[in-house]
Amino acid sequence: MENKLLISPSPHIHGGDSIAKNMYGVLIALIPAFLVSLYYFGIGALLVTVVSVGSCVLFELLIQKYLMKINPSVCDGSAIITGVLLAFNLPSNLPLWIVVIGALAAIGVGKMTFGGLGNNIFNPALVGRVFLLISFPAQMTVWPKPVETRWIFFPTVPDGIDGLTGATPLAMIKGHFGHLPDYLDMLLGNTGGSFGEVGAGALILGLIFMLWRKIITWHIPVFTVLTVAVFTGIMHAVNPQEYASPLIHVLSGGLLLGAIFMATDYVTSPMSKNGMIVYAVGIGILTSVIRLFGVYPEGVSFAILIMNAFTPLINTYIKPKRFGEVAKNG
Amino acid sequence: MLKTFRLGGIHPQENKLSAGKKIETLPTPGQIVIPLSQHIGAPAVAVVQKGDAVKAGTLIAKANGFVSAGIHSSVSGIVVKIDDITDASGYRKPAVFIKVEGDEPEPFIDQSPGLNKNITLSSEEIIRKIADAGIVGMGGATFPTHIKLTPPSDKTAQLLIINGVECEPYLTSDHALMLEKGNEIMVGTQLLMRALKVKRAVIGIENNKKDAIVHLSDLSKNYDGIKICPLKVKYPQGSEKQLVDAVIKRRIGSGKLPIEVGAVVQNVGTAFAVYEAVQKNKPLFERIVTVTGKGIKNPSNYRVKIGTPVNELITAAGGISENTGKIVGGGPMMGKALVNAEVPVTKGCSGILVLPGEETARKERRNCIRCSKCVSVCPMGLSPYLLMTVSEFSVWDKAKSECITDCIECGSCSYTCPANRPLLDYIRLGKNKVQAHGVSRIV
Repeated sequence: MENKLLISPSPHIHGGDSIAKNMYGVLIALIPAFLVSLYYFGIGALLVTVVSVGSCVLFELLIQKYLMKINPSVCDGSAIITGVLLAFNLPSNLPLWIVVIGALAAIGVGKMTFGGLGNNIFNPALVGRVFLLISFPAQMTVWPKPVETRWIFFPTVPDGIDGLTGATPLAMIKGHFGHLPDYLDMLLGNTGGSFGEVGAGALILGLIFMLWRKIITWHIPVFTVLTVAVFTGIMHAVNPQEYASPLIHVLSGGLLLGAIFMATDYVTSPMSKNGMIVYAVGIGILTSVIRLFGVYPEGVSFAILIMNAFTPLINTYIKPKRFGEVAKNG
Repeated sequence: MLKTFRLGGIHPQENKLSAGKKIETLPTPGQIVIPLSQHIGAPAVAVVQKGDAVKAGTLIAKANGFVSAGIHSSVSGIVVKIDDITDASGYRKPAVFIKVEGDEPEPFIDQSPGLNKNITLSSEEIIRKIADAGIVGMGGATFPTHIKLTPPSDKTAQLLIINGVECEPYLTSDHALMLEKGNEIMVGTQLLMRALKVKRAVIGIENNKKDAIVHLSDLSKNYDGIKICPLKVKYPQGSEKQLVDAVIKRRIGSGKLPIEVGAVVQNVGTAFAVYEAVQKNKPLFERIVTVTGKGIKNPSNYRVKIGTPVNELITAAGGISENTGKIVGGGPMMGKALVNAEVPVTKGCSGILVLPGEETARKERRNCIRCSKCVSVCPMGLSPYLLMTVSEFSVWDKAKSECITDCIECGSCSYTCPANRPLLDYIRLGKNKVQAHGVSRIV
């Protein structure tokens, strides 16, 4: 018995948390939003998600096995999350070959170039999304209408708006056209848009689950949304004709999806609570500025990517509050 | 809302398997091995030689220098040899081997069973008796108690905090002591108050020991100035800085001691040892040890003579199961893995924990995913992920400027890390490096 005893430093027990547990927790939190998108966008949403997840996992496996020559770690679920989040940021009628290119950009450029999970600077799903937005602007900005396109395989996209496609609420605000959907539709997801971003209620359900399971803390989502609400609220108060109400801004577009699932990405967000708040406020301000004054109707993706780049700087200068720091002054 | 410390902390599975078990006296083994280094500071110097006859309570090694403590024989018998043994730290250190003969205590020890509540001695006399009895911090830190009772002249103590927290999972020795020796702990607390010249004492107890809270609260009505403070269950509340923060909401600065905010912290086991030393003239040569773990058949609390080999305790508790992975001296969070079961019980040994292999085996280390959970749980407000990296790459000046020496080595970071990173291993390494080169100031 004696020569078999383990000798290692304390602590001698581990809490049992693991990367996979957190990642699959996030996936569970994404289920309500996925169901909503299936309800409204049907077969298209399903196909885009399956292709996106499948190609993300496949690219990660191939790159780890044949390029990096390490043991593939696709089982930890992080590539699946990237796949789901990328899909959620796409229109449900996007040609599937474009989805595959997006997955390659996300996993290849966004993640594995830096050394894989934990080393990437930018949120991989957003790298993929923005790559597609810049490369395929036409296909990426025509949004199928919810419900009507539910059972249609590949609703073809003619130029402009036809019976099957429509504008997102944010595009309506930007271009001053169309009737804005009411708040209940936005909460339920009955609006145009990337298919994962439309159901505000389902996304909030996911947030509650992740907070309960202690996968993330409340700081980033709350401060991001709050900042957008305050910023757009002030502008709305100044000029209600020109600027939409803050509630529309909070419920529409990718804000909730971004604030809850993408800004909170472990790898690319700051480590200290104060750092998280600075980062979240930054995302909120950039999102509002792009939405109100920029060319694009939506700015969450760019805002998160820009603040991702600031994360190392935030980590260097904004440290957690140390024990006894206050006592020194007193 | 129960009080607790305000920064970080975790709540591991409590696993108090031996809670509620009465304290049993472990039979004296045939041979006792008493290490000369059982405390923080300089090892004691042996004052006995091979062939000397000793009684239970005989001084066998005297304190050597300011921070040191005397050591007494726990049995009557003959000194066989003085030789190096591997102690709980894993290092070879000198120890006195005593062959047990008969059961004869020193005559100066008061053997009467009654409670002696009369406090007649002055502060200085109490402190001298505590020093003579070789009492050290019984919670595991083993800092000589008489030094803690003599604050620097420019500081005054206002409050004594008695640590009955026992926040380590599995351990129940303090719990058992509070249930069975409540009055003695109360008198010991009053002795410590007299020694420190303070009027108030607070006994902090975590809320998972409700019976001890009720029992001591009842007793405290008969003792002036002592209050019980129930605390929310949270690890590492038994650490001095965290306990002071929990009880009086004051945070002690980096590198400072509790006396900075007017507090002195002593363990309940220490209070009991002080009672025995001052009121019964009994030196510290016994203590309560929890023998526990999922690898032990019959988890128990024992009164054990210092110097008893660990395997005697394990055998008494029914032996260990086949798949034993680790034997730990102390609790699972901060205890030390023992190299073998021959290691003797020392003054700071609150428990022997036998962990099955699957409970204690480390899993494969992965990349840091920067989830910041280590930052959230660190009770000192440090950045464990960063401290590990700078230690790994030997960036010692950065380790220092990131306050690596503030780390209390509670292990909350390693316990929590979902990527199974050995955070505390590297932080310990960096801490030692920085402390070793601490004299030269690195900017």
